[in-house]
Amino acid sequence: MKIIKVLGSGCTKCKKAAELIEKVAAEQGVAVTVSKETDPQTIMSYGVMSTPAVVIDEVLVHTGSVPQEASVKEWLAK
Amino acid sequence: MLGIFGDFASWLTYGVMGLSAQTKLGDAVHFFIEDVSKIFALLVLMIYVIALLRASLNVETVRDYLASKHRSVGYIMGSSFGAITPFCSCSSIPVFLGFTSAGIPVGITMAFLITSPLINEVAVLLLMSLLGWKFTVLYVIIGMGVGILGGVFLDAIRAERWLQSFAAKALERGQNSAPAAGTIPVETPKMTMQERHQFAKDESFEIFGRVWKWVIVGVGLGAALHGFVPDGWIQEHLGDGQWWSVPAAVLLGIPLYSNATGVIPVMESLIVNGLPIGTTLAFCMSTVAASFPEFILLKQVMQWKLLAILFVMLLCAFTLVGWLFNFFTPFL
Repeated sequence: MKIIKVLGSGCTKCKKAAELIEKVAAEQGVAVTVSKETDPQTIMSYGVMSTPAVVIDEVLVHTGSVPQEASVKEWLAK
Repeated sequence: MLGIFGDFASWLTYGVMGLSAQTKLGDAVHFFIEDVSKIFALLVLMIYVIALLRASLNVETVRDYLASKHRSVGYIMGSSFGAITPFCSCSSIPVFLGFTSAGIPVGITMAFLITSPLINEVAVLLLMSLLGWKFTVLYVIIGMGVGILGGVFLDAIRAERWLQSFAAKALERGQNSAPAAGTIPVETPKMTMQERHQFAKDESFEIFGRVWKWVIVGVGLGAALHGFVPDGWIQEHLGDGQWWSVPAAVLLGIPLYSNATGVIPVMESLIVNGLPIGTTLAFCMSTVAASFPEFILLKQVMQWKLLAILFVMLLCAFTLVGWLFNFFTPFL
């Protein structure tokens, strides 16, 4: 089970990122829980400045944009 | 070169649609088609080109650069970077906190954040094509001036006193370990041409997808003003003889929330219709930079007192800009 957090202040891009990850996970049959972190203090604690950012099992893997589908597939395959 | 859009609009309006150039409707439709087609073409082309150039510039690089600079140049650099660095307005809070926890003074961070919505490549391009280079240069200088002086002022009143406590603590930690914060190596991998192209393409689609409707609304309002408000009406009622028209324009701009792209076509028609330049500028800056949604977001990191100060400061700044411009216009 991968615990995935999408960091961002709740703008449309963050929603898109979370939806994309859920979609890819469903396709690949990977068990995930995707949650959205909107609290600025939490975002700061990961040292993130450009949102949306993606944290998988407490490791920051991506910042600044909706990730490419190919990269999401790669993260989930690990 | 831009004449082809006028020709295209004439062909479509008078030829295909069969409207007469003598009617108000024909005039307004022509103006609408010409401006929308011109702006759309410019937007797509220029966003791509500019994105290609600045693909490797990001807020992390800017933070490290600013953290290592002396305060005196910090305001100017903060404001300049605010003008050229791409970032989504929904990122302003993380950016604020990121800068703050690197020990960058609140004033410099705010110089960055105030200038950012006022000046961006899209705004500059639109201004150039619609209002000419003189006006554009003035606009950029004023926009940066508001950011820089605003930043200096906030530090002068020690604005960091009124941050939310966790942000204040982050600032303190950042400043105590300032040398370290500036030297954290940030990976900025060299981008290949392919990656730059991808970034620029995404950026063009993204920005265009976000702003096209604003352009339609902005130009539509402009066209309505252009075609239907009688010549001289604005000049007569809102001309520079009325000192109160500037603060009124600023207040009117607050509830209206737009980005620079949407408001510039409106500026064009206001000026063409005889609204003084200063009043127009004040209205536009207030629409773009002082908006309630932004301020509600900032509440997460600032106490009400600082928010109120910031708000009043911006309103005063825009009013002053308006008055000064109206006063000096005859000498330009």
